[in-house]
Amino acid sequence: MITIAGGGLAGLASAYELARREASVRVFDPGDCPGSNSVARFAGGMLAPWCEGESAEDEVVTLGALAADWWAQVTPVCRRGTLVVASPRDTPDLTRFARRTSAHRPVKGAEISELEPALSGRFQHGLFFEGEAHLDPRRALRDLAQSLQDMGVELLYDTPTPALVDLDCTGMAADLPDLRPVRGEMAILHCPEIEITRTLRLLHPRMPLYLVPRGDGHYMIGGTMIESSSTRPPSLRSLTELLSAAFTLHPAFAEASVVEIGAGLRPAFPDNLPRIITHNGRLHLNGFYRHGFLLAPAMAARLADQIFPGGKR
Amino acid sequence: MQIYDTEINSRLLVGTAQYPSPAVLVDAINSCRCEIVTVSLRRENADGSGTGFWDTLRQTGTRILPNTAGCHSVQEAVTTAQMARELFRTNWIKLEVIGHADNLQPDVFGLVEAARILCAQGFQVFPYTTDDLVVGEKLLEAGCEVLMPWGAPIGSGQGLRNPDALRGMRAHFPNVPLIVDAGIGRPSDACQAMELGMDAVLLNTAIAKAGDPAAMAQAMAQAVDAGRAGYLADPMERRNMAIPSTPILGMAELA
Repeated sequence: MITIAGGGLAGLASAYELARREASVRVFDPGDCPGSNSVARFAGGMLAPWCEGESAEDEVVTLGALAADWWAQVTPVCRRGTLVVASPRDTPDLTRFARRTSAHRPVKGAEISELEPALSGRFQHGLFFEGEAHLDPRRALRDLAQSLQDMGVELLYDTPTPALVDLDCTGMAADLPDLRPVRGEMAILHCPEIEITRTLRLLHPRMPLYLVPRGDGHYMIGGTMIESSSTRPPSLRSLTELLSAAFTLHPAFAEASVVEIGAGLRPAFPDNLPRIITHNGRLHLNGFYRHGFLLAPAMAARLADQIFPGGKR
Repeated sequence: MQIYDTEINSRLLVGTAQYPSPAVLVDAINSCRCEIVTVSLRRENADGSGTGFWDTLRQTGTRILPNTAGCHSVQEAVTTAQMARELFRTNWIKLEVIGHADNLQPDVFGLVEAARILCAQGFQVFPYTTDDLVVGEKLLEAGCEVLMPWGAPIGSGQGLRNPDALRGMRAHFPNVPLIVDAGIGRPSDACQAMELGMDAVLLNTAIAKAGDPAAMAQAMAQAVDAGRAGYLADPMERRNMAIPSTPILGMAELA
């Protein structure tokens, strides 16, 4: 029996990879349902390794390229790519973004209108990352937990973690050296009069925005990156930037209902890459930074190979 | 170079925002061997909650110059400076009072007012200002002992938009440390600022957003050194006409 502390993204993904190798697995989580304590609830759910390559290490691109197929085994994945756009005044940022990333092609006004008719006439230059995808993070956590139960994994909610576990996936609660919080803020809008079908990124010098369709007229927008451990609700400054960026994408967002705002702390190591480490005799998978959904599959597989080498693949 | 009562060897000051990761930032700091880094403070850090990142910075052994980036009013800037003094245990403050949302140019009226308040409270103020001589004088009157004129708008990477104005500042304030803050995009810009006789250069985006921040940090440090050495070496004057660099007198007559 392999025991895991923490039923967030890292814990559940690890349980899945272990269970696939026919290990028996038990997950302890202090919350009352899948991911209720997890910062993944506030994630964008973008499976966008090539866009992330703009500022992330190459490893993020390599490992992340497998994520869409992995998630599609347990939850709906929307594979419509990512469209990156910028206002005319921020065209230098688009040039730079194109230079630093791969697996994209430039798109002009006409093609942008074809891809997303709602944006017709609004942007003259963009980049299309056709191979990227997105999912709904909360649904994905629920679906993953359901798959685990179907595979016979024991998910124990409202349950204190025993003193000894085989794997610690408790995020910021883990108190690891060098692990720091990076605060992120987001909002969910309901705007049924606009139909956008894929992830959009708006490059902006102050605050790059992403918008991820959640279906049924709902859109998640994010996300700030602040070196802080504060868990207070989003600041007006951050929300002003996020919401006005949404307005820049399309003025019809002015009439959107803001149905939720939220803030979470992403656990990160100094290089912003996740790690499998042993600390004080306990094995940890942690530090997913803003790449939880993107890198959890690959890291969980690596971890499962390490602690359950005899298992089936 | 002496700034307030502190002797500084490195003439390159580096901002710490927008790096791909703290690890990359530390690499950049190490490769340019800067002694001073600027750090912005936000309200959510008032309780000391930014400590993970700050611990990383402290480990580099550099001296921290907290800044009031993003403050748009005197009150905001003063409050932020006071928070910074508590958190970082330093009287140094890089004072920014932003006056315009688009080009982030300083509100020089608010800047002078905030500088006066902070100097009276014992702060050693590094004011981010324009290249205006009169504003510079008012800041010195307020108690500042260093001036940080812009080269171009923050983050624009345009280089020195008005070298004549900076030259004028050098002539007008011969004994005041002048640090070009903002607008440097390439090593040649940093070198030019130093050739004009500026005492130091402060930059952030040019390194943070380079493809290889550590390599760019090193290039900037070399450019700063080259520009400073060139300034001290008293460059020749420009002329409109050519002068042969080989003397004509005494040449062999090959007729």
